[in-house]
Amino acid sequence: MTRTFDKVEKILEKYSYKKEMLIKILLEIQKEYRHIPREVVNYIGVALGIPPAKIFGVATFYAQFSLKPKGEYTILVCDGTACHMEGSMNLIKAIEEEVGIKPGEVTQDLKFSLDKVGCLGACALAPAMVINGEVYGHLDAQKVKEILRNLKERKAE
Amino acid sequence: MAVVVEKKFNSASELLKHIEKLKDQREKKLQKLSVYVCVGTGCTASGSRKVYAKFVEVVKAKGLDVQIEKIDENDEPVKRTGCCGLCSLGPLVKIMPSGITYSHVTVNDVEEIVEKTLINGEPIERLLLTDPISDKKVERLEDATFFKNQTFYIMEAIGTSECESIEDYMARGGYSSLAKALSMDRKEIIEQIKASGLRGRGGGGFPTGLKWEAAYNSNGDIKYVVCNADEGDPGAFMNRTLLERDPHSVLEGMIIAAYAIGAQKGYAYIRAEYPIAVEMFNKAIEDAKEYGLLGENILGTEFSFELYVKEGAGAFVCGEETALLASIEGKRGVPRPRPPFPAQAGLWGKPTLINNVESYANVPKILRDGVEKYRKYGVQGSPGTKMFSVTGPLKLTGIIEIQFGTTLRYILDNICGGTSNGQKIKAIQIGGPSGACLPEELFDLPLDYDTLKSVGAMVGSGGIVAITEDRCMVEVARFFLDFTKRESCGKCVPCREGTTQAYNILEKFTRGKATYEDLETLEYVSEIVKTASLCGLGKTAPNPIISTLKYFRQEYVDHIEGRCPSGMCTAFQKYIIIPEKCKSCSLCARSCPNGAISGERGKPYVIDQEKCIKCGLCVTKCKFGAIELIS
Repeated sequence: MTRTFDKVEKILEKYSYKKEMLIKILLEIQKEYRHIPREVVNYIGVALGIPPAKIFGVATFYAQFSLKPKGEYTILVCDGTACHMEGSMNLIKAIEEEVGIKPGEVTQDLKFSLDKVGCLGACALAPAMVINGEVYGHLDAQKVKEILRNLKERKAE
Repeated sequence: MAVVVEKKFNSASELLKHIEKLKDQREKKLQKLSVYVCVGTGCTASGSRKVYAKFVEVVKAKGLDVQIEKIDENDEPVKRTGCCGLCSLGPLVKIMPSGITYSHVTVNDVEEIVEKTLINGEPIERLLLTDPISDKKVERLEDATFFKNQTFYIMEAIGTSECESIEDYMARGGYSSLAKALSMDRKEIIEQIKASGLRGRGGGGFPTGLKWEAAYNSNGDIKYVVCNADEGDPGAFMNRTLLERDPHSVLEGMIIAAYAIGAQKGYAYIRAEYPIAVEMFNKAIEDAKEYGLLGENILGTEFSFELYVKEGAGAFVCGEETALLASIEGKRGVPRPRPPFPAQAGLWGKPTLINNVESYANVPKILRDGVEKYRKYGVQGSPGTKMFSVTGPLKLTGIIEIQFGTTLRYILDNICGGTSNGQKIKAIQIGGPSGACLPEELFDLPLDYDTLKSVGAMVGSGGIVAITEDRCMVEVARFFLDFTKRESCGKCVPCREGTTQAYNILEKFTRGKATYEDLETLEYVSEIVKTASLCGLGKTAPNPIISTLKYFRQEYVDHIEGRCPSGMCTAFQKYIIIPEKCKSCSLCARSCPNGAISGERGKPYVIDQEKCIKCGLCVTKCKFGAIELIS
């Protein structure tokens, strides 16, 4: 099976194939594919004239990129100072109990993935988490489980 | 078809005339009925955007949008305002002209607010904020002690700033400093910044004026101006707040800097984790271009300046200036040795001026008010004000702005209202992972760059976390080292290996396996990492250890002796079955995930401490309350 890279091409075009835009390009690819696929790395390497090894270097350096697929719902639990002190570990435990994944993992059906992140800047709402860009604050184990149950019931769009 | 109005200013006098007109209009706007809804990240997370939409809907349904007179075409009765700092009470809504402010507003309250407060001018008691210091309900934001005890200088127009509107910024005198700067000699601007004593707000506290001078003196066909908005400190969010509530103040500072050093191009490096800030700053750039304040021939002069937003991708080390520059170039964000300093050879080897968000926001103020007035704020060595984010178990948390020289105790008691859980505060963590933990004895020290440095702490970017007695200081140090260990870029050995080793030792402490020898090794490793690391990340990474060892050494000793005084380190806790209460029902044994509980009918069950993973499941299962946690 041959793969076409139409989407990648579009993203590259948007940034005029500029080498300095690599991080922005990877951010968009991450958004599109929910991870950075290996073939895409090779493709943009050729397109931008950067050795794939360098791109892997960048893709593994920054926390926003993942070489493994992320879930349809990417859960980011904040483990910044304020959230840590307010019990972010309890949220992680609650998520593990509810959907069965630990930080860095993704559920088998690719519905949920969980990551621990440095700080979301929502410290006044600690402990907090972000699911697909939406911030949830002042959480406890019970609230987290409810949120996840609601998402589980929601049909895949 | 709408008439396209040419908004571009062709000269400084045109701009200044427009600013005067807008100032009048702003006064009038504040005198008439309107609703201001906060749309900062904090309030958005609590649902403020839905509240905003609901207000628009209700106001329209009642025909108020036509009834209320409009001062200009953008004047809507429901407005979006920037963060006022009190994020923990969001969503916040302010009604003008009475100034009545409501906290924790939900969509269901909107109808009532419009009916009672907007139309009839009556306050709704239950939605008013309670001042935790006087314990009374306050109607207006300005009357709350939280606000009264702060000094607002960089954070203007609390609750009424329209963060997305360039005209609102101009109405507050915005861009008048740019107009002034363009008529000044470049050297004169730099002299003023130097004389103001402004120091880098990103943490280091390096005099901003000297950076500008170095960049000015460097020769180069191209020069760059960069804004460091890679606020990676866990527990700090004042840069985000500033970018969201007043992006133009940062933008104006950057344009003035570009003019002063002779730069043609600039970048604002903002964390991708701050989508609202990225959006607001991008809009600010577009608006400024439309008004001729950015782009070709700014205000009809020869000076041109292009500005772009660059999103970071999640790496703490990118807050270090040389790593940030590498990241802008699209590479791994790895620092390099200095010299050459970015002012000599920065982005793509060209002279580059790099300052923090808040530093730039100070620039228009200095030019507007003059050095003398500016220096009235703060103290001799650290003039001006500083934004801090205060978090922890306090009655009020969020973003505050104070003059340098204010004490920690004043912030904790007179602004944040003390703790919310009745516990005593035993320490303050200031400055994030590069900062230090200070004990209660030091809470009366004035907060400024030099005093903090003298006690082994730093202002850092300005995160303050209150730590109460039920928290373990060794665990706090372990937490920060876990962070720096992960964020160490791996380029230099002392930082890469040192932070990992220090972390391993700290983990031994929290697990109850540490010895006195470990204490010595920990001190030794900290010293090496501090002395031998390449960049600021490594040089400051041991600060949490060094400061806790200095001020909370007893807690380390306690951990060696088999106790965690705060009860936070679970390794020191034991679940035991009280024989008298146990009915031998075996429920706990069957639910234990690790098979640590055993026994036989008729006799009390026992927990094997070696096998117990301290999950606490047995406690929830036991119907007789026979299982207890002891520490």
